[in-house]
Amino acid sequence: MIPLQFYLIVAAILFCLGLFGALARRNAVAILMGIELMLNAVNINLVAFWRYVKPAAPTMDLAGQIFALFVVTLAAAEAAIGLALIIAIYRSRDTVNVEDVDLMKW
Amino acid sequence: MLTSQFLTYVAFFVLSAIALIGAFLAVTLRNLVRAALGLILSFMGVAGIYFVLEAEFVAIVQVIIYIGAISVLILFAIMLTRGLMTSAASTQNSQWIGAAFVGMLMFAVLFFVAITTNWPLAQPHTISDLIPRLGADLVTTYLLPFEAVSLLLLAALIGAIVIARE
Repeated sequence: MIPLQFYLIVAAILFCLGLFGALARRNAVAILMGIELMLNAVNINLVAFWRYVKPAAPTMDLAGQIFALFVVTLAAAEAAIGLALIIAIYRSRDTVNVEDVDLMKW
Repeated sequence: MLTSQFLTYVAFFVLSAIALIGAFLAVTLRNLVRAALGLILSFMGVAGIYFVLEAEFVAIVQVIIYIGAISVLILFAIMLTRGLMTSAASTQNSQWIGAAFVGMLMFAVLFFVAITTNWPLAQPHTISDLIPRLGADLVTTYLLPFEAVSLLLLAALIGAIVIARE
């Protein structure tokens, strides 16, 4: 049996790579890609906890997987809305560089 | 027994390496189309990790929704906003050193928590009728979140059309 900690560490590395991508990239699409990576890392954790950790109640023994499925649904909704916003910004400002989209910057 | 355990370890390490290398390519490559392909590689590795965890339904959902739908959406957006992508300017902003520091700090915290916490471990159980049970749970125990998320998807669908429309 692979120890639970191995999964948690892989997910932690994946999360931090995604965090770096979301913070350091200039392009809005690349920032969205970093967010998708972070959601993936969280999903690995949820499924690993489902497999290894004792459920709180016998009827909840699939909670981890159900939660992961909801996260996938939310990620799909987030990607659709995010990319629609990026395309709308590109139409009006002719750029997807987040540093150039500073209309509301004080 | 020993060989099957050994093979599980090999599968886990190979799939983890695929997921992490893909993620690294996705956040560092200059060419965004290549970065998106790295992202797809990472999604494949994560789907394999779900198979190692014996969560086959989540693995299939990962392949269909992430690789099939979200990656294609991202590639579509990259193609639609092309032209500025290949400019000579750096793809990282000026605070990338700070971002790398924050990422490493976050990893240190997560690593420490994962190693030191005493998780209430149970004997890993295999559920033979996993997919029927998932379906039944979604319309009984988790009925309210299931309906809420369907409403959210509808709102996201309409919102995306309204925002992206000319």
